[in-house]
Amino acid sequence: MHTFIVVIGLIGFATLGYTIGRARAIITAGGVVKDLNSIPSYYGYYTAIWIGIPSLVMLIVWLIVEPHVIDGVVMSNLPINITQNLSTSEYGLLLNDIHNAANGSLFSKMNDRVIATAAKQLNSLRQTSFMLMLIAVFCVGISGLRFARNRISPDMRARNIVEKVINFILIISSLIAILTTMGIVVSLIFESVIFFSKIPLHEFLFGLNWSPQIAIHTEQVGSSGAFGAVPLFAGTLLITFIAMLVAVPIGLMSAIYMAEYAKARFRAFAKPMLEVLAGIPTVVYGFFAATTVAPAFRIAGQKSIGLDVSSESALAAGVVMGIMIIPFVSSLSDDVIKAVPQSLRDGSYGLGATKSETIRLVVMPAALPGIVGALLLAVSRAIGETMIVVMAAGLTSNLTVNPFEAVTTVTVQIVTLLVGDQEFDSPKTLSAFALGMVLFLITLALNVLALRVVRKYREHYE
Amino acid sequence: MINRALNPPDVNLAAKLSDSKQLANRFTKIKSRDVNVYYGNKHALKHVNLSVYKNEVTALIGPSGCGKSTFLRCLNRMNDVIDICKVTGKITLDDYNIYDSSLDVVQLRARVGMVFQKPNPFPKSIYDNIAYGPRIHGIAYGKSELDEIVQNCLDRAGLWKEVSDRLEQPGTHLSGGQQQRLCIARAIAVNPEVILMDEPCSALDPIATARIEELIKELRENFTIIIVTHSMQQAARVSQRTAFFHLGELLEVGDTQAIFTNPINSCTQGYITGRFG
Repeated sequence: MHTFIVVIGLIGFATLGYTIGRARAIITAGGVVKDLNSIPSYYGYYTAIWIGIPSLVMLIVWLIVEPHVIDGVVMSNLPINITQNLSTSEYGLLLNDIHNAANGSLFSKMNDRVIATAAKQLNSLRQTSFMLMLIAVFCVGISGLRFARNRISPDMRARNIVEKVINFILIISSLIAILTTMGIVVSLIFESVIFFSKIPLHEFLFGLNWSPQIAIHTEQVGSSGAFGAVPLFAGTLLITFIAMLVAVPIGLMSAIYMAEYAKARFRAFAKPMLEVLAGIPTVVYGFFAATTVAPAFRIAGQKSIGLDVSSESALAAGVVMGIMIIPFVSSLSDDVIKAVPQSLRDGSYGLGATKSETIRLVVMPAALPGIVGALLLAVSRAIGETMIVVMAAGLTSNLTVNPFEAVTTVTVQIVTLLVGDQEFDSPKTLSAFALGMVLFLITLALNVLALRVVRKYREHYE
Repeated sequence: MINRALNPPDVNLAAKLSDSKQLANRFTKIKSRDVNVYYGNKHALKHVNLSVYKNEVTALIGPSGCGKSTFLRCLNRMNDVIDICKVTGKITLDDYNIYDSSLDVVQLRARVGMVFQKPNPFPKSIYDNIAYGPRIHGIAYGKSELDEIVQNCLDRAGLWKEVSDRLEQPGTHLSGGQQQRLCIARAIAVNPEVILMDEPCSALDPIATARIEELIKELRENFTIIIVTHSMQQAARVSQRTAFFHLGELLEVGDTQAIFTNPINSCTQGYITGRFG
């Protein structure tokens, strides 16, 4: 909260700096704005940058370093006989206690005098540190202002400098996104490696039995700890296949209608409507699948043809997932179909082809690579989809291709493995990372493939 | 130079006079009477009366936006594709009104083929490009007959020697001039009676243009050809009759030689001598 106020103060300071820099530039030019290299506001931005960025960096560095320094000081001030023989984890626990005491948390051992003194010291150090930080940050800001103010002259190319800074800020932003992605991948890899050191890779990839419960004591029943992922991937593929069976024909045909037949007014109404489907949260699809579609399928199966449909059938989950993907398929395909040049359609009409012949024989073949790309993206979306299958598909692994039975998927298992209490050194928990890793690799491969196909298609016409 | 300008109201009369000056052995293939085209509120083509004779090349010339392409697209009803376009008047093909409600547009387009400004081969093999029309119209029975049609059409378009060894390659990989000849071969494959050409050489280099012009002269023996062109020389070289359009009106039509040596309308004269347009 305090830090937030500091940031607000800095923004105010930088705004002030903008006004100062702008005024300064006009003064140095003797009031003749025309003589300035850049328009005055650029000198304002220049000054604001020199105030804002160094002090912000100062603030961030301070906030990162401060806790470590304070903790070090507090711990070193403790009586030697307490800290002497502590292991790393015990040291951490003690520090945690002091922090809790300092924050006034109920769970701290307030009766311990040593900790109470340490907590008091911690609080006072924090206050001092905040004051020091305030001074340091604003000192940096003021020196930035002075530096910028002295450098402003009519010849200075403030516009170019501002341009460079903007460029730099943009690079930093994209770096943050890239580094975060890499961090996620690296953490996945690390945990997976630990998992594979306990469970052999081939057992995970080719084993037919999935039962991640590990026996705590030897006589426990049904806790074999088998980590064969094949049933999970089979279940994922089965549900994805059903989903595509629903989404591809409906999505493609509606795309063809939208792109080729629909009048502009209908299109303007229908396309957003279709895209609303994409905006429905997947959790809503999930309970739609679990409470409406699945029971309906079960009852229909029993009453009409005497089929034994499980109440958590792959069919229900797949069909609902397919409905969810329809706008994905139709919207992407629609774009691809519209990208086919009108000259090709004209050429076909000019030869006496009907509209459907033209679409079937000229437009669709020309759009095919793009459509394949769109479908691959839809598949990777379906494979990674979680909420629908968590609610509507089963939890126990089942190696089957029968859509009326309950199957489980990779995403469902990851959810069940990581929900609730878990210990991070057991293969049961770690297997979630291995599953996530494989899932990530599959969708990554699909996306790369899809983007390649789409790009190749785009080059085809340009 | 003697100024033989007519006042604007008399312009259509002049066109009619010139139009009626037909030779006895000429057979009228297409006849348009009082054709108007509107794009929304824009009156793009005004009261056009034009006859096209069989086995002749008729050139439509005029400055950009004068309506010559619009008129061309009326002749095989390609304007139907555009929602806001409305056509009135009467156009007959062999004395049959092509805007009659009983007419099958698809059949009309099979009889009146079209070659476009920019070569637009389908992204299929050379063979399939030619075979496209025969296949959808069921012209060929069996593979050998289709092969024959493909070879014959490529031959007539002067392309057979160049592509006979690579019929399976995509038509889009050919050069621009070859692509345009492929499109002409594709149009011939449906056995049309009339071929419409919308500036077929505007995207081509002079050598490719010369080849297409040669081709047009040869095709005249079997087809009636109407060509829109921006090149006065091209109109003079390939056509027997020339029609001059200006601001949506047909100002003058007549035998090419007469138009180019002795234009009646001052506007035509100005255009063909390069004073405007």
